[in-house]
Amino acid sequence: MPEITMLEAIRQALFEEMDRDPAVVAIGEDIGVYGGAFKATEGLLARFGHERVIDTPISETAIVGAACGMSYLGLRPVAEMQFIDFIACCFNQVTNFVAKSHYRCGAPVPMVLRGPSGGGVHGGPFHSANPEMYFVHTPGLKVVYPSTAYDAKGLLKSAIRDNNPVLFFEHKFLYRRIKEEVPAGDYTVPIGKAVVRRQGSDLTIVSYAAMAHVALEAAATLAKDGIEADVIDLRTLLPLDSETILASVKNTNRLLIVHEDTRTGGIAGEIAAIVCESAFEHLDAPIARVTALDTPVPYSPPLEERFLPNAEKVVAAARELAKY
Amino acid sequence: MSNQKMTPALTHDQKLDLYYFMQLNRQLEDRLVRLFRQNKIVGGVYSSLGQEAVSVGTSYALEPRDWLAPMIRNIGALLVKGFKPRDIFTQHMAKFTSPTHGKDGTSHFGDLKVRHVVSPISMLGDLIPVMTGVAMAGRYLGQNIVAMTWIGDGGTSTGAFHEGLNLAAQQRAPFVLIVENNQWAYSTPVARQVPIKNLADRAAAYGIASKIVDGNNVVAVYETTKTAVDECRAGRGPILIEVKTMRMKGHAQHDPAEYVPKAMFDYWKAQDPIARYESYLTEHNLWDPKKKSEIDARIEHELDADQKFAEESPLPPAETAEQGVYCEGCHTIEAEWRRPKQDVMPPASSEVAVWKVADFGAFVKTQAVATQHGNRPGHAPRHEPVLSAEKKESISGDEVAGPTGKNQPATGDVAAQVPLRVPFGRGPKDRSVELERRDKVAERPPRHNKPPHKRRRR
Repeated sequence: MPEITMLEAIRQALFEEMDRDPAVVAIGEDIGVYGGAFKATEGLLARFGHERVIDTPISETAIVGAACGMSYLGLRPVAEMQFIDFIACCFNQVTNFVAKSHYRCGAPVPMVLRGPSGGGVHGGPFHSANPEMYFVHTPGLKVVYPSTAYDAKGLLKSAIRDNNPVLFFEHKFLYRRIKEEVPAGDYTVPIGKAVVRRQGSDLTIVSYAAMAHVALEAAATLAKDGIEADVIDLRTLLPLDSETILASVKNTNRLLIVHEDTRTGGIAGEIAAIVCESAFEHLDAPIARVTALDTPVPYSPPLEERFLPNAEKVVAAARELAKY
Repeated sequence: MSNQKMTPALTHDQKLDLYYFMQLNRQLEDRLVRLFRQNKIVGGVYSSLGQEAVSVGTSYALEPRDWLAPMIRNIGALLVKGFKPRDIFTQHMAKFTSPTHGKDGTSHFGDLKVRHVVSPISMLGDLIPVMTGVAMAGRYLGQNIVAMTWIGDGGTSTGAFHEGLNLAAQQRAPFVLIVENNQWAYSTPVARQVPIKNLADRAAAYGIASKIVDGNNVVAVYETTKTAVDECRAGRGPILIEVKTMRMKGHAQHDPAEYVPKAMFDYWKAQDPIARYESYLTEHNLWDPKKKSEIDARIEHELDADQKFAEESPLPPAETAEQGVYCEGCHTIEAEWRRPKQDVMPPASSEVAVWKVADFGAFVKTQAVATQHGNRPGHAPRHEPVLSAEKKESISGDEVAGPTGKNQPATGDVAAQVPLRVPFGRGPKDRSVELERRDKVAERPPRHNKPPHKRRRR
């Protein structure tokens, strides 16, 4: 099996799905001739043509609206936000039109809205955001945020085949930094299922996307001190796989949640609430969290480093938790 | 209208149909008002009194395969598309038997499979990109459909209006946008919203055709829309139609509309679309009092039965509030292909991924005033571009020819997207250009090697 980057995995998923099903079309800014700002759609136009790979004006609302309209006729559009930060421009279209469509009038919207997200690349306040929680708070959407090339490919395929609107976050720090072997044939990864990346019995670290790698790095350091962490990669934020989290917490009795999203209103709060509701008597320590600061994402490297969680911060919090 | 000849005349039955739907629309809403006063309506009632000719005349121009998305005041269009009064009653009364089973109210419902109606949302403008997508998908699937939606005068100020209409124009989507100018955005008159007299003027900026029609003349509304629909189906869309009409009630039942000058109500009351159409039918001997009372009785009968049905219907069981957020296998999603799928699959779909740019975007002196509008229907004469002979020659070559295929998407070929009209551009003959140039010359410091009096002046 060849080793590929996460970016290549995403590209392969798009190619294979468009090859498999003519109802799959791609729409977005600069995705065709240019191949996308990060080249995730490179080569799509040459293979599938302008009818299926639609370069649009700079109009996020029109992109999402048109994709929604296409899906009403049975197409499965994959819309790209050039940077996921720009999803704020079409917030209404996503949260009011697309998300509520099935509930309020029984009209399913089988579309995918994907785009590069996350910090660590010095993109500044408008090219580094993790806006997933706006949408996790929106019933009707599914929110997927993979951390590996294998998952990215399998989850994107699942997202395209899903009958519901799926927001697919692609961490741009991971695009070219991680490589792994991905099977050549068709496979999918189910939406709504977390995965245990490392097994341990001393504490549970729940994370996703780039922070899943940080959590694993921290777990390796902790192991040298004899602290064994169960590391869970959520992969999907909505619907949240609380079963996997609860099973692990019931075993380790300690929970640390790590996310790159800002602290207040991040998924850590929701996970903590679920664990308190369903596994309170299993907890031996208060639930801890390591998150980004409650600020916009700053531009300058020392500021952004301060903003983001890293393995050191996670190790420090985990040690505190383990000795509580 | 430029293509009046092409509009097939309405048959006698169709003409009576128009009356039926307009009167049904009015009587239905009249009953909704009464039900509202009896506290039987859960939310609001948004009257379209005086605007019946718009909803009915426009939607009547569509074929069953075509798609529409109503706005809050387009109940008439839903009736034309085949929904029953009971659907409207139950929606307003939040009954379990309503099309949305009580999940949403008013005209907020649709039917993707049979009637091809997209359910609107309250945020204005959002339907325009959505219906653009519908039009694009219909073309992609080879269905040869037209998509239509409405926007009020107020809604034209939204960002979604611009984004959607621009995408529709760039894509040459078979899309008809009815700008339903009912003079009032809630309490704000048109003049306080936009600095232009005709909302149809907006179309020029998108390089699309526009028409203006008397919205209280149902035949004119129908004919104008029918022509536009035919043009769109032939691949010459999108088209914007401004219908001038008047909202004869407040924004909703709670609003007495005291901000509307009384004389304005009086003026428009005399323009009542149903009264005018009744006179038209009488003057043209298309009916007699007996026929009219037959139709009216039929309407009464239908409304009686459907109102009774709605009033006797149960409210939804509370537990259904938790159901239906996601499609969990309740829908089978399958596109209806009316063209060979292999047309959009490799190798047929493959192409060279390069842009062709016709004239490199160069500034051409005559360009600022000379424009091309291609084969576009229905422009009012004031929209006709000034096209100098010289410019005509330079842009009529093969290089910048418009799309040749019927109903083809405007896609990679920038050349195909070039012929946009610039009717209001600032040309070199514009006085402001001349003044600016003079200012620049005056500001320029004198050169040292020439005496000041020899400075070149223009």
